Amino acid sequence: MAINWFKYSSPASFYTLAGKMIPFFVVLAIVLLIAGLYVGFFVAPTDFQQGEAYRIIFIHVPAAWMSMFLYVVMAFWAGIGLAFNTRLSSMFATAIAPTGAMFTFLALWTGALWGKPMWGTWWVWDARLTSELILLFLYIGFMSLQAAIDDPRRADKAGAILALVGVVNIPIIYFSVQWWNTLHQGASVSVNQAPAMATTMLMGMLIMVFASWMYSIAVILKRVRVIILERESHAAWVAELQKKGAI
Amino acid sequence: MGGYGFYVWGSYIVTFICIAGEIILISNRRRTLERQFSLIHDLDNKETKNETTS
Repeated sequence: MAINWFKYSSPASFYTLAGKMIPFFVVLAIVLLIAGLYVGFFVAPTDFQQGEAYRIIFIHVPAAWMSMFLYVVMAFWAGIGLAFNTRLSSMFATAIAPTGAMFTFLALWTGALWGKPMWGTWWVWDARLTSELILLFLYIGFMSLQAAIDDPRRADKAGAILALVGVVNIPIIYFSVQWWNTLHQGASVSVNQAPAMATTMLMGMLIMVFASWMYSIAVILKRVRVIILERESHAAWVAELQKKGAI
Repeated sequence: MGGYGFYVWGSYIVTFICIAGEIILISNRRRTLERQFSLIHDLDNKETKNETTS
């Protein structure tokens, strides 16, 4: 039995599917959040150098990873929407941007609150911090550009070009700690070498990463359903849903 | 928090404020939309009623 994936590229059928998926991701996000916070605050030991301050890692690293990951996913959907002229793909890119911007802000905020006690300063024009700040401007630029254009389809195209151009910033952020002599530390967790962290600290951090991933999916699906309704309000299927009271 | 309470809780509190804020904003946006839909729905009903009675 072949699955007709293209069935879900239509806003109408995806709207219903997303509605069914959201509760699943909400429950996962809450369970993982509780587990992550428990491991982070009650299981992971005090750091011998940084004391308790290092516990900021349990939101700083997930926020930073999500800020980069969500931008790549946003640019991917924007590119698909631009190439294939598929409305739902562009709606997805629009739905991702606010959540990506929030995580970028949180990465910068928690980084500053971690930097003050450890580095003695809230901010430094370090390659990692500066490129992350540029990422925040890219997200804000994407949202402002789309808001400034009345026709949604033209806004999608303009936003897609900006998003695709901005993708170059992601590897710059990731490799900045290797290319330049940065105050920000190098990767503690990477694919090709053993993690430079205690296991329980690493577990707490990874659980929180998955929690923020599940949260992002739930919130983005929730937002994309609202965007679908806004853009398709004239469509017959919306009136149908309205009559059934299943909006 | 070993003297770092301000920094640790300052990070966590702002994070949960942002998350709560995002959820509230999306819910408000949806509620506004649903109100618009029911207004349109009521207007449609009123029009059909006028057509039948006049």
